[in-house]
This record gives sequence, C-alpha cells and structure tokens, in this order.
Amino acid sequence: MDLVIFSITAIIAIIGAVAMLVSRNAVHSALFLLLNLGAISVLFLLLQAPFLFAVQLIVYAGAIIVLFLFVVMLLGAERDEDGADPVRWQVPTAVVMAALLIGQVIYVFVTEPTATADSVNTNISEGFGSPTQIAQALFTTHLYHLKSPHSCCSLP
Amino acid sequence: MVPTFLYIGLSALLFTIGVLGVLLRRSALMVFMSIELMLNSANLALVTFANEWQSIDAQIMVFFVITIAAAEVAVGLALLVMIFRRRQSTNIDAMTTLKG
Repeated sequence: MDLVIFSITAIIAIIGAVAMLVSRNAVHSALFLLLNLGAISVLFLLLQAPFLFAVQLIVYAGAIIVLFLFVVMLLGAERDEDGADPVRWQVPTAVVMAALLIGQVIYVFVTEPTATADSVNTNISEGFGSPTQIAQALFTTHLYHLKSPHSCCSLP
Repeated sequence: MVPTFLYIGLSALLFTIGVLGVLLRRSALMVFMSIELMLNSANLALVTFANEWQSIDAQIMVFFVITIAAAEVAVGLALLVMIFRRRQSTNIDAMTTLKG
C-alpha cells in the first residue's frame, strides 16, 4: 500500500519538476513547482515526518510560492526568455553534465552495497517526528541555533 | 514499507532536474525556482535518512533548511526586483556588470 502511494506521489513530483523545467511561462512554472512541493510533502508524511509536512505546506506553498507569483506578476516577467540563445553550446553541455551527475548516482547505487542492501526500515516507533519530539530536540540539543548571537552568551 | 533507495533515487532525480533548470533557463526567476527544487530534493534525502536511522536530528536540519530557503528567496527576489527596475529584464545573460 505504501509502495502504491509512493509511486503515484513520486510520478506526480517528477511530472511537476519536468513541467516546471520546460514550461515557457514563469507563472506556470511556479504552479508546477507548487505541485512538486505538495507531492514531496506527501512523501514527508509517508516518512513519519508529520511536522515537516505541515511546515513544508505552510512555508513553501503559503509563503515562497506566493512570493514568487507576486514578483512574477509585479515585474510582468512571465516571458523573459524569448529570442535566440546567445550561448549556443549551453544546452548540449548542460544535458551532458546532468547525465554525468545522474550517472554518478547510479554508479554509487550499483557499486555501493550498503546503499541498496536490506535498507528497508520496518520498525515504526510511536510518535517519531511528532511536533512534541521535534520541539524537545529543538529546544534542548539544538537550542544554540535558535538563539541570536548576542543572546547566546547568556545560556544557562 | 518503501525501500530507502527509491526515495534517494527520486531525490537524486529531482536534484538533477534542478541542476538542469539552473543550467538551461535564462530567467533569474526560473534559476531561483530550480534552486528551490534542489533544496527540496536534499530535504527529501535528509528526511529519508532520518526515517532510516530513526534519528530526529535530520528533521531539525530540514526545519532550518526550510527557514533559510524562505529567507534566501525573500532576499533574492528583492534583489531581482531592483535589477529589473534598472535593466527592464531578468535575463541572467544580461547581468554582466561584474565581468572583468
């Protein structure tokens, strides 16, 4: 069942990313990016991270994408790439470098036994990734990162 | 349960698409969006490993990455608005003021 949900969500995420890459209109790109971010937030839910699911939706969908859409519409820069590309070798070079990057990842997967062997997590602990546990770690272990530099010296 | 390597593979694929976006698109807005995509794929990998090791620290890091991504987008888009008002374009090929 998890695998079915993962497959559907992963396909949606990939479609969103590719459509963001190829669409000419920046508004459409921002909306496809929103689709991709929503799919990734569902994956967070599958990975026992309900707090991050909520944060992802609030911050990305509620703040960042809205900011993007706002700026795109404010500037009227939806179609800012029309006309011939001044750098002709850019597209083939980019495709080759991306193929090299994904090839490296596949190489690591094939050659590294720990990357694929028996890497299925079966123990589901109760309350993992819950807001309570996140807050507990955030305000004890990671308290230093939360405090501003001038107030960190007054730590107890 | 879903094998971990599927999540990591998806994360790598999304990261590659983000890299392609940075390399191929010429609008600075699209470059920013692709950077967001790459940050998100890294977040996905971090959450996957947090689930794999049942450790909460990676989720804390994702929390901070999301915060910093929001701040980075705010600053970047403010810069972009200023550049657009000066040049009437967000094309990154036109931004050559710092060229030696």
